[in-house]
Amino acid sequence: MSERPVDPIAIDVGDLLQKTVASLHSHLVTRPTGRAVRMAIEARLGETGEMSLSLIDLSEVTVLDFSCADEVVAKLVQRSQGPGGSGTFFVFRGVREPHRDQIEVVLSRQGLAAVAQTDEGRFELLGATTPAEAATWRVLEDRGLLAGEDVTEALPGRDGRDALERLVHRHLAFQSPITGRWHALSRLVSHLL
Amino acid sequence: MEVITIPGSLDGQSVDGFFDRVTEAPTGRALFDGRHVRWVDPNGMLGLLTGGAVAGERTGALPRLELPENPDVLGYLSRMGFFQEARSIFEFDDRVPRRSGGSSDVLLEITPVRANVDVHEVVNRVQSRSGAILASRLGYPAASVVQFSVILSEVCQNIIEHAESPGWVAAQAYNWSRRLGRWVVVISVMDLGRGFRGSLGSEHAARYGDRWSDATALEAAFLHGLTRFPDSGRGQGIQQIRRQVQRWNGAITIRSGSARIGQVPEWDDTPPLVDGLAPFPGAQISIVLPARAAGSPEGAG
Repeated sequence: MSERPVDPIAIDVGDLLQKTVASLHSHLVTRPTGRAVRMAIEARLGETGEMSLSLIDLSEVTVLDFSCADEVVAKLVQRSQGPGGSGTFFVFRGVREPHRDQIEVVLSRQGLAAVAQTDEGRFELLGATTPAEAATWRVLEDRGLLAGEDVTEALPGRDGRDALERLVHRHLAFQSPITGRWHALSRLVSHLL
Repeated sequence: MEVITIPGSLDGQSVDGFFDRVTEAPTGRALFDGRHVRWVDPNGMLGLLTGGAVAGERTGALPRLELPENPDVLGYLSRMGFFQEARSIFEFDDRVPRRSGGSSDVLLEITPVRANVDVHEVVNRVQSRSGAILASRLGYPAASVVQFSVILSEVCQNIIEHAESPGWVAAQAYNWSRRLGRWVVVISVMDLGRGFRGSLGSEHAARYGDRWSDATALEAAFLHGLTRFPDSGRGQGIQQIRRQVQRWNGAITIRSGSARIGQVPEWDDTPPLVDGLAPFPGAQISIVLPARAAGSPEGAG
C-alpha cells in the first residue's frame, strides 16, 4: 500500500510502566498505576496532530487486571470518540490470551470496541459490536483497503455500508479525508509491527 | 480477663462462630486461648488477626494470645508470617519458632495491604511462585497464573478503595482429602474498614430505603456490581472475580457486618446468603479453588 494517510506512532506500555511507576514491575495492576500509564500515553498523544493513529503495545505486560484494562484501554478508547474526543485511532498490540478477557469485559461493559492484535499477524475486533459491524470490519480487514468503487461489490447490502460508516465513527476503521478510501487500521500500523 | 476460646480448627467454616464470640465478649481485656488449636488455614489466621484487632480496639488494651501447644501449628503460623503481624495486635510469649523458608505449598504468606504498592508486591510474589503449585496441585493450565494474579489484585484493591483501612491477604494450597477428595487453594482477604454498607451507603442507601442493610449492600456489590463511584468502568472487580471463580468451579464468600453472601458450587453446602450474624467490622473474603476433576475441560474445575 503506497498511501499512508496518517503517520502512526507506537507506544510501548511495558516501557512506560517501568518509567511511570519507577520500578521493575511489568505488571499493569491497580487503578492508580493504570491511570498514571494512561496519562503518560495521553501526554505522548498530545504531541501529535489532531487526527492520529496510535499502536499501543502491551507485549511486555505480563499481568493486566480489570482496573488497568479499564483505565488504559477503555478510557483511551472512550476519550477518543465523539465531539470533544481526542480524535485518536487505536490499535492494541500484544493482546495475548491472558489479557484478552479483561479487555473484552471492560470494553463490552461500556459499549466500546477496539482493534487488537491477538496473535502474530492476527487482528480481531474486541468489545461490543453489532453482527453487521463485525462482518463489515472483517471484510475491510481481509482486503486492507476499500475504494469507493469497491464498496458496492464488497458490501452489497445497505447494512454493510451503514456499518462501515459506524466503524469509521467508532474509530475502528479509517477513512482518508483526501481520497475517501477506507483503511483497515491493522494495515496502517503494519510497518511498526 | 475475658477468655475467648479459639476453635481447635479455625478455618473458613468456623471463623463466623469465632467472630461471634469476639463481638459478644464482655468489654474487659481479652485472652484468646489458642492452646488447643490443631488446624488453621488462611481464613483462620486472618480471622485471628482481625478478631484480636477488634478486641483490642474495644478495650483499649492489647489482648493476650495463648499460643497453640501443637508445634506443627506454631511452625506453620511462623512460616506464614503470622507472628510478624500479630506483634502489634496481641501480647504473647516470645517462644515462637523463628520464621523459616515457606513451605512449597505456600502461595502467599500473610501480607499486609495498605497501599497500591502492596498490591504490586502481592502480584510479584504470586507470579514468581504460584505457577508450579497451580499446575501440580490443581492441574490448572500455565496461563491460569495470570488469572490467579488478577483475582488477587482485584480483591486486594477492594481493601484500598472501599475499606479505607488496612487489611491482610494470604493463600495456601491444601489437600482436602476428606472434605473434597482433591487439592484446593484457599485465599483469604480481610480488613477492618467500613464494610460494604459503609462504602456504598452514601450513593445507594436512599434508593433501598428501609431495606438498606449489610445483606442488601452485599447483594448490590456482589450480584449487581454497584459501587460508590459514578464512573461506569467501576464495579467490575468483584463481578469478574466471581466469574473466574465460577469457571474454576470454586467458591467465594464475602462477610461484611452482619451478613455473608456467597457463590458456591455443588460441592459446597454453604448457603448463598446468611443474615443476622453478630456485627463485625470490615469485610472478610474467602475464595476456595479446587483441583480440576479428572476429565473436566481445561480451565474448568
